[in-house]
Amino acid sequence: MQQFVTLTVNGIILGSVFAAFALTLVLIYRATRIINFGQGAMAMFSAYLALETIKRTDSYWLGFVVALVSGFIIGGVVERVIVRRVETGPELNAVIVTLGVFVGFVALASILFGNTIEGFPAPFSVRGFEAVAITPTDIFKLIAVLIAMGLLLVLFQFTSLGLQMRAAAFGQEVARLLGVRVGQMLTLGWALAGMFGALAGVLIASGAPVSPTYMDAVVVFGFVAAVLGGLDSFVGAVVGGLVLGLTNTYVAGYVERGSALVTLAALAILITVLLLRPSGLFSSSVARKV
Amino acid sequence: MTTSQGPTANPTDDTPGKVQGSRGVAGSGAGVGVTGDPAGRSRLQRLTPGSTLLRHALLMLLAFVGAVILIETLGGFRVAQLGAMAYYIPAVAGLTLLTGINGQISLGHGALMAVGAYTTAVVLERSESVPFLLVLLLAAIVTGLVGIVVGAAASRLHGPYLAGATLALAVGLPGLAIWSEEFLGGEQGLRVQPPQAPAWVEDAIFFVTGNDLTTGKYVAYIGWAAAVFVLLVLSNLLKSRYGRVWRAVRDDEIAAQLAGINLGRARVLAFVVSACCAGVAGSLLAIVTRLTSPTSFTIVLSIYLLVAIVVGGLGSLLGAVLGAALLVFLVPFVTERGLDAGLSAAQAANTAPLVFGIVLIVIMLAAPQGLVGTIRMRYLTRKATKASARA
Repeated sequence: MQQFVTLTVNGIILGSVFAAFALTLVLIYRATRIINFGQGAMAMFSAYLALETIKRTDSYWLGFVVALVSGFIIGGVVERVIVRRVETGPELNAVIVTLGVFVGFVALASILFGNTIEGFPAPFSVRGFEAVAITPTDIFKLIAVLIAMGLLLVLFQFTSLGLQMRAAAFGQEVARLLGVRVGQMLTLGWALAGMFGALAGVLIASGAPVSPTYMDAVVVFGFVAAVLGGLDSFVGAVVGGLVLGLTNTYVAGYVERGSALVTLAALAILITVLLLRPSGLFSSSVARKV
Repeated sequence: MTTSQGPTANPTDDTPGKVQGSRGVAGSGAGVGVTGDPAGRSRLQRLTPGSTLLRHALLMLLAFVGAVILIETLGGFRVAQLGAMAYYIPAVAGLTLLTGINGQISLGHGALMAVGAYTTAVVLERSESVPFLLVLLLAAIVTGLVGIVVGAAASRLHGPYLAGATLALAVGLPGLAIWSEEFLGGEQGLRVQPPQAPAWVEDAIFFVTGNDLTTGKYVAYIGWAAAVFVLLVLSNLLKSRYGRVWRAVRDDEIAAQLAGINLGRARVLAFVVSACCAGVAGSLLAIVTRLTSPTSFTIVLSIYLLVAIVVGGLGSLLGAVLGAALLVFLVPFVTERGLDAGLSAAQAANTAPLVFGIVLIVIMLAAPQGLVGTIRMRYLTRKATKASARA
């Protein structure tokens, strides 16, 4: 029972970070109808920039800010320079381009920062409290994700900018007629996704070992979480992220050497969902070809 | 099969003809289905089925002889490179069939290669006396069975969903090897004892070339024989009814259905054939590198295969061979440039993936239609447009 509670709590915290990452995929998918398989690699790169900053300045928070800013810039630049040209083309061209971004960033990070495993510092203690197996760093992760999600919600629901972004994603032609600078909105969407992804990347890294491939599996978890929610639903992505987080800790906790199997478990969930309810659990569209 | 050939051959025949013409893939599109359709065909075309097989067989024999000559004359580390090319060829050719001909993308072929490699390693570990041909066949069958499962799921997915699902497979499946320490060797993987040449083969090689047969050379011979055989089978399959069916499914689902093609079955079959090729490739990789470990089959391997088909030109087997050559010979070239530029060995090892990532992006941006209609995914776009129009 004790183990179950611990695993559940850890699963929810892990799941909240997965949810944040899945949100970035949803954000990009809604804006440009592209699944960005390079998102994890971009986030990893930001996290490494943060790690370098922390090493040089000894300040976790400066690194944290560097990650968010660099994530914002990388996301925007990737959209404007690379993805913009394939947004209207065949969708698999876009898939292949994002895969190029994926390998490219992982290789670049390996060259610049070395491809050994390094420890990433945590902002707070990583020792659990006495009664519950939850650490101050875990609480920080949960709060950071909640704040970020809240800000995103405010941006999209209560600001003119958010309305313009939603309009650009909903109907490009109409939005353009109404004076929305659609191109800028798409770039902004990718930049925000980049920042959010960098946040998820740093939170996953904090207090854990990192290598340039540490986000590879997270891309899969984020993708599965996003598809679970229907790929265009923010709520769905959050629920999907939590499901994935819990699956992760349960499989790793209850199956012997289960941590090697978590990605396969995610694959099993993905296939089951796609075959039984292809539109996801929270999709807004009535029917979609998967 | 033969009874249904008459009615289906005509409508589907149009599609490959058009496609091949526009893409410049070798071949006239004539070939099978001739028996039920005597009128309007020249004598030459009526003779083609036999001569297609013979022509391909002759071409492959020449390719094999060429490989043997290269292996014998170059020697040294080039033999290892040619061995590596031999295991890339079936994998890239299989992916060409799946993505280029049938229009399904797969990022999971690295994982399917792992299935073939681990099958080989497990069998050879338990019994070294099994003829390697049998091991190769077993690897192909086991991977084909996995291919049925994956293909059945894949046949219902398209575009990004299929890419994501196969990506999950590529990232997840090596985990199974890590998990199974007793059976699959865990993180360390399994050592593979390469097959030893029978005495008569050694004698024959010595008689023909005057050189002794090393294990490395023998393995390279096996690899090339298998690779050439796979190419022979695939080139004939692509010219056959199946090739036309796969192209028809890729180009226009509705037209293909009207012609009596079962879309799902055609897709699963393409996936299974492609998976068998990947299994053969994995099996060859195991004996060439003499090791199967989870780190050999990361997502990077799958993306390398994708690079090979995109660069080599989708839908052509010759392109697949060129793509495989590119993987083998460009990697050390780029790595050396990295070392020249003052990078450490570990850093330089990553210059190749960096270059490949950039290559993928640049080809997609600069010449999406240029390199053989880059990915023949227009059909998928059309499909997606139709789907969203329906939605």
